[in-house]
Amino acid sequence: MNAFSFIPLLLALVLSPLMLGVINRTKAFFAGRHGQPLLQTYFDLFKLLQKGVIYSRTTTWIFRAGPMIGLAAILTAALLMPLGKCPALLAFPADFLLFAGLLGLMRFFTVVAALDTGSSFEGMGASREVFFSALTEPALFIALATLVRETGRLSLSTMFGQASNAHWLHSGPVLGLVVLALVIVLLAENSRIPVDDPNTHLELTMIHEVMVLDHSGPDFAFILYTSALKLWLLGALALGVALPFSSGNPWLNLAMALGGMFGLAVAIGVIESVMARLRLRVVPQLLIGAGAVATVALILTLK
Amino acid sequence: MVLLLSRVDRDFSWVGAGSVVIAAVSGCLPAFGVLLHGSVEQLRLPWSVPFGEFFIELDPLSAWFLMPTLVLSALSAIYGVGYLRAWQGRRSLGPSWFFYCLLVLGMMFVLLARNAVLFLMAWELMALASFFLVTFEHERESVRKAGWIYFVATHLGTAFLLVFFLLLGRETGSMDFTVWAEKGVRTHGPANVLFLLAVIGFGTKAGFMPLHVWLPEAHPAAPSHVSALMSGVMIKTGIYGLLRALTFLGVPPLWWGWGLIAIGLTSGGLGVLFALAQHDLKRLLAYSSVEHIGIITMGLGVGLLGVSTDSPVLVVLGFGGGLLHVVNHALFKGLLFLGVGAVLHGSGTREIDHLGGLLKRMPWTAAAFLIGAVAISGLPPLNGFVSEFLIFLGAFQGGVSTGGAVAVPLFMLVAGLALIGGLAVACFTKAFGIVFLGEPRSEHVAHAHEAEWTMRLPMLILAAGCILICLFAPVVVGSLKTVLESMTGLQPLVVDENLAAAISPLSFVVLGTALFLALLAALVLLRRHLLEHRRVETDVTWRCGYAQPTPRMQYTASSFAQPLTDLFGPLLGTRKIISPPRGLFPAEAALKTMTPDFSHEAVYRPVFGRVHEWLSQLQRLQHGKVQLYVLYIAVTLIALLVWELR
Repeated sequence: MNAFSFIPLLLALVLSPLMLGVINRTKAFFAGRHGQPLLQTYFDLFKLLQKGVIYSRTTTWIFRAGPMIGLAAILTAALLMPLGKCPALLAFPADFLLFAGLLGLMRFFTVVAALDTGSSFEGMGASREVFFSALTEPALFIALATLVRETGRLSLSTMFGQASNAHWLHSGPVLGLVVLALVIVLLAENSRIPVDDPNTHLELTMIHEVMVLDHSGPDFAFILYTSALKLWLLGALALGVALPFSSGNPWLNLAMALGGMFGLAVAIGVIESVMARLRLRVVPQLLIGAGAVATVALILTLK
Repeated sequence: MVLLLSRVDRDFSWVGAGSVVIAAVSGCLPAFGVLLHGSVEQLRLPWSVPFGEFFIELDPLSAWFLMPTLVLSALSAIYGVGYLRAWQGRRSLGPSWFFYCLLVLGMMFVLLARNAVLFLMAWELMALASFFLVTFEHERESVRKAGWIYFVATHLGTAFLLVFFLLLGRETGSMDFTVWAEKGVRTHGPANVLFLLAVIGFGTKAGFMPLHVWLPEAHPAAPSHVSALMSGVMIKTGIYGLLRALTFLGVPPLWWGWGLIAIGLTSGGLGVLFALAQHDLKRLLAYSSVEHIGIITMGLGVGLLGVSTDSPVLVVLGFGGGLLHVVNHALFKGLLFLGVGAVLHGSGTREIDHLGGLLKRMPWTAAAFLIGAVAISGLPPLNGFVSEFLIFLGAFQGGVSTGGAVAVPLFMLVAGLALIGGLAVACFTKAFGIVFLGEPRSEHVAHAHEAEWTMRLPMLILAAGCILICLFAPVVVGSLKTVLESMTGLQPLVVDENLAAAISPLSFVVLGTALFLALLAALVLLRRHLLEHRRVETDVTWRCGYAQPTPRMQYTASSFAQPLTDLFGPLLGTRKIISPPRGLFPAEAALKTMTPDFSHEAVYRPVFGRVHEWLSQLQRLQHGKVQLYVLYIAVTLIALLVWELR
């Protein structure tokens, strides 16, 4: 561990809300609008933190604990995720299992907090959330297994440290397929188009947004920040595979990784602009498809 | 004995529970000592049974299984005191406690016996005692049916074991486990047959798919503290038996590891899917036991692959993860069954769709159940995560460099276990969320009440166990050292070295867990500080402008699980009976779903129906005419006489 390994954590904490801003501006550009300020998410967070709260009479302490457990879990997960060549604060063999476990814990409490309201809408969102995440989990793990097999390393930091442009030259198809699978996982886990539409106004069609309908004030600020961090961290995971290039200078590497992150945000914005949301019954096919893509990559490494 | 003689019901409970607790405390101490020092304690007494010897031994493997058995027996017994109070006066509780003690005794002797005859007798004692416990409410038709299914299934399993032991005895000329372990079976042909026999025989008790049919029948029928004991530890005697049998069978060929991983994946995947489709809380937990037996078996499969390919890291991580999962599952499944018992006791139903909002009426039970639900989903910061971490780590470690024959099953395990984990989250958010949260769905909840302290205390102890095992994961995993040494015959140094490979990431996991808890505490303080002088109001749940909400509008267990059960419909065979709304002003509409067990419906029922038909032809011989019976006897005697004189 050196001073450098604090940087991915700090960047995630500070810059993750900006990613949402970049996505929204990209979408606005495609729609021919000026769009909201880049820093809108920060303003929202600040505003929500200053508000009071309103709770449903049906709810219990689970509803109040949900956002806090979710944020604590994602903050802990942020300790484990490197950014490009810059190692994470905590790196140990199979650290990605703890990362996935913490995301699972967050999901568990988002879902039970939604069920706590007794609302049929939130029940619907909760049901869909566990449905889709059960299908993304194998895709994520097979992709990780491929990376383990490809790099011979067991921790995210050493994996990304080990990966180099030589990997793209020797086993380009493997990395390409892994990146594709990870991007689908990223879109599904963060409730983006084509799986879910974060901007829709119909509760019936939403997944993540509908689960948090009843949260307000600081609780909702926690949730907003949690989802920004989650987007950042899964983005960093996909990016670490997509851009394994090292320039030899740590600062230059860092700048490249940051550029990559915001490039990714622009890409997500483009996807959201040019694609429609898939029908619900087609989504499982996409997610199982991601698993199949990752499996093909894994089979290629077994030769 | 005291129990059968005593007359007063209250005495039964305290005497029964007390004796189990005393036995547990006095049994745990030597077990702990053996685990710590890796020593072995023996007792041999002459016994007049042919081929039998009263030979018991406590080695680290037995001790590892004995500890959770005793702890859960004691806690379930304390719980039973409160739980059975509802039947007091209506029914003599003596027999129930008598058989409870016999079951504990039977399990102890199964774990300790080192002579095949003694082992089989203990095995039978355990089966019979649990049969009588399952049929506690024998006036109910469904309970009697469940009891019979259990009785038949367990004896079919025993039949395979009988053949297994007889063959081993013939191979080695002894009925002594230590002799078997020393000599072993060196030739491949018999070893393969014996392996299959052991998998079927012990697998029936453990609940491997498709031998699991008795679990979803017997667990719901039994009183809850008995279900906890049966599901938490009794089915693990099957795993213990399999492990013990493996020590007799020499170096395993590669396909044994493949086989166990395949069994684990089938049991795990189908177990959790069927659990997800259930409406009955106890049936749900029973299927989830099948799932976890699958996860344990995957761990054993990884270990076997390690033995076959001479890769100690796989041996240590695979067997270590499987063994730890045995203990973890005993804790959280015991906890969940006790929790369901409290729900049943308080509300009178275990139909998930009749419950809801119980958290407000049963805060302690709800908190304990929540911990159990998070733990069983394999999530940090609880114990289920630790053992699944070890199995995953083993699979990843093994998958890094090995050739396809080893890497393929390991990666299948990774993908399968990931899917199982995702489905488990779906299953247990449903179990916890629909039962304890939201608005009450029926009258049952209105008069629900919190369980009394004898029922609450064991749940809280088990919940604390779930947390502590994660926080002290490196220590717990370190204590597997002696077990792994004695079981696998690896050198202590090798075991140490490879255990360190598991312990160092686990200490990071503990660090992460501690940081998570610290962050959570900080956020709680932050939120309290933020809301200090603000408006905190309460109102109704936002229902998108609809003004007349009723609890019936909530999501139910079936609707929550519907997307997944539809997707996996071909595997589950869920039947739907729909009467859709008709006309302009529909008065009634109904939807009923049920998921019958496929192997029960497609295999066992037809086969047993045929056997029954066939055997009932024999009834012609038994018609109640005494003079003909006398004729049978006479004919038999004459036939024997002729035989003898020949």
